[in-house]
Amino acid sequence: MTTAITDPDRPVIRVEIAGSEDVVVVRQRAREQAHRVGFSLLEATKLVTAASELARNTLEHGGGGYAEIEICTAGVRRGVRMRFVDEGPGIPDVEQAMRDGYTTGKGLGLGLGGSRRLVNEFQIETSAKRGTQITVVRWK
Amino acid sequence: MDRIPILQMARTLLVTVQVDMHDQLAVRLLDDLTTMITKTRARGVVIDISALDMVDSFIGRMIADVAATSRILDAQTVLVGMQPAVAITLVELGMALPGVRTALDVERGMEMLDDHGDH
Repeated sequence: MTTAITDPDRPVIRVEIAGSEDVVVVRQRAREQAHRVGFSLLEATKLVTAASELARNTLEHGGGGYAEIEICTAGVRRGVRMRFVDEGPGIPDVEQAMRDGYTTGKGLGLGLGGSRRLVNEFQIETSAKRGTQITVVRWK
Repeated sequence: MDRIPILQMARTLLVTVQVDMHDQLAVRLLDDLTTMITKTRARGVVIDISALDMVDSFIGRMIADVAATSRILDAQTVLVGMQPAVAITLVELGMALPGVRTALDVERGMEMLDDHGDH
């Protein structure tokens, strides 16, 4: 999707997602990275909210997994890239899953579609064999 | 077990959310509030989220559920103190919280209940 490369001077933060407290940790780490890049309060809030939705998706639908949150660059632009990885059953119909109101879980079905609106780049790789990997970038 | 405290003032319940809530904590708050409304015969619930720097679809749904449940139990819910960045993000996420009454701060939220209630 993207020309973004990982900022070599900044560490990738990895968070294991195994319970609902871990979703809170993902939010906190996303906020820390947003501060490092110098996001405005609104930009940070959008990133953190997307992080929360996607971490919950990893937990609820993927049966747990992990998140990697890193600072990335493309030319002079800087942003935060987040990867959510699980080894769950995959998403059979991605288009349907992205639609508002579609849910298989306890939520409102705003998680995937809603979080896509809160970031600049959004990519899903999913299969029944290998699980789901969602990568998003929000630029400053 | 973690719990968010609920204060009772006459027939109004006041909840000030000051921690970044994980999902189970949010669910427990909904349960506790429902029980308290019945037990105290409260006519109003004020939920202060001015300390929250994020409301996602799960917490948003919990708030909407509190409002809907309290209405059925003959109590009004007012959500107060939402930060502007949180409000903008919530709308962009697709949650406009229809049916949830809001006020800028706790004082105005209490006034709103006084105007409607006989409590």
